[in-house]
Amino acid sequence: MSVSVKDVEYIAGLAKLRLKEEELPKLTEQLNKILNYVEHLNELDTTEVEPLAHPLEMKNVFRPDELKTSLSREKALANAPQRTDEYFTVPKVVRR
Amino acid sequence: MEYEVVIGLEVHTQLLTESKIFCGCSTKFGSEPNTQTCPVCLGMPGVLPVLNRKVVEFAVRLGLATHCQIRRNNRFARKNYFYPDLPKGYQISQFEEPICENGYVEIETENGKKRVGLIRIHMEEDAGKSVHDEAYVGSEETLIDLNRCGVPLLEIVSAPDIRSPHEAHAYLTKLRQLVRYLEISDGNMEEGSFRCDANISVRPVGQTTLGTRTELKNMNSFAHVQKALDYEINRQINLLKNGQQVEQNTLLWDPQKNEARPMRGKEESHDYRYFPEPDLVPVFLDAPWFDSIKSALPELPDKKFERFLSQYNLPAYDTAILTESRDLADYFEQTAKHFTDYKMISNWMLGEVARTLNEQKITINEFPLTPQRLASLLKAIDTNVISTSAAKKVFEYLLSNEVSVDEAIEKLGLKQISDESRIEAYVDQVLSEFTNEVEAYKNGKTKVIGFLVGQVMRLSKGKANPQMVSSLLRKKLEA
Ligand SMILES: [Zn+2]
Repeated sequence: MSVSVKDVEYIAGLAKLRLKEEELPKLTEQLNKILNYVEHLNELDTTEVEPLAHPLEMKNVFRPDELKTSLSREKALANAPQRTDEYFTVPKVVRR
Repeated sequence: MEYEVVIGLEVHTQLLTESKIFCGCSTKFGSEPNTQTCPVCLGMPGVLPVLNRKVVEFAVRLGLATHCQIRRNNRFARKNYFYPDLPKGYQISQFEEPICENGYVEIETENGKKRVGLIRIHMEEDAGKSVHDEAYVGSEETLIDLNRCGVPLLEIVSAPDIRSPHEAHAYLTKLRQLVRYLEISDGNMEEGSFRCDANISVRPVGQTTLGTRTELKNMNSFAHVQKALDYEINRQINLLKNGQQVEQNTLLWDPQKNEARPMRGKEESHDYRYFPEPDLVPVFLDAPWFDSIKSALPELPDKKFERFLSQYNLPAYDTAILTESRDLADYFEQTAKHFTDYKMISNWMLGEVARTLNEQKITINEFPLTPQRLASLLKAIDTNVISTSAAKKVFEYLLSNEVSVDEAIEKLGLKQISDESRIEAYVDQVLSEFTNEVEAYKNGKTKVIGFLVGQVMRLSKGKANPQMVSSLLRKKLEA
């Protein structure tokens, strides 16, 4: 399996990363190296193996439907790079 | 050329849990912005979601009520996309293993009953709310309120089985009735706890492949859904008739302008890169848990409808209205325990009671008359203590006075006169006063009896028993 420069541009777009033109060949090469390495896993025959849902052999971890104290608004907004007294703010977005 | 409409609906319904799906924050609607958040729903690094058990139970309830196969083993997946109201950068949802699949909802159409297939029902978390406040429009900023982020949702995806806006309306009405019966959601479209998106395409009648579809969003009421679907269907048919193509697109309904507009912004193909959610372990519904959810299901609308028809012998029209909500049906049944003329209860509930609920904008739970008091009032009519018209006055009085029916009748002085000698005195007086009408009756114009009854009633200030009045009048006139 290998990815092209075009694939990398597409993935970067989904991740909202802005890459410089000169970074693309290098990143493509690095990504391909990683993929080739992971590709070794395909050498194993897993036809008889159930897919693993979770690394912990555990099911049904729940919480009851009970309220816990939420953060104060001041605390919730404390790390926001941009805010008003009541809201987080972001550059204007159009509706989805 | 005749065209056929093909509609599939995606409904998101907010669940009536106290706390969010993966944390203990409140789900309360309408609180001050950003006061119901915590590190989990804010998407802080290093936090772990823990599933609210009730969300699973609610999903199973709806799955059972819609004849779905329930997947005993199911798990969550990450749906990846960037949007400011989604702090983690992904939504925890279900993808390959939704909790419910392959169900149906039965609706009434012009051509009888019809099943609308359900492809799937799955659990997921809601996103926050973007506020485009007037005051901030000029500042080029969008406000983000994360109170709603992490509120539990069920997404219900129908098959493309719907063939008209009318059927879409019937389907949504039925689904909303179900979530309300099951007490898993308040189904309030205007407040956004019951949201609907539509996939629409048209094709020439007889064609088996689907036409190009568009997705329609932002329909915030039942009326909007009807209008928006009508609009989009007409638009697509006109395009095809003029030899043009329908473009695959997402459209937003604008209820002010009554039109659907393509979404602005660059149209990215959706690539959510789902993968299994590593922060949550799988859910397994073992038999005892599954059975306990199943056995706690309430009587569902269709069953209740059939039972009301046979048990109370009511017309289908009455029954449909009375069983529309569980609360209304319960009120009827409570009343029916104390009074057995069921049609009369129904008449009053569909008449005076419904009118009062409308006028006062209240629900049956807030209605001031208990079922027992309504039953006593109806009993008073049935036993000729008061006339029907007097009963309406007593009804009004009872709405704002905490007294018994007997006390109200006493207080208003409306007790019916059923004493034959007193009624006879009124009748005699009227017969001697209105000799012309008496003459007319004897000459075959028997309709004047209505006038004469009216005169007796007036004389008795409305208190004479009308049946006794009319039979006594008739007896005397024909003597
Ligand atoms: Zn929280």
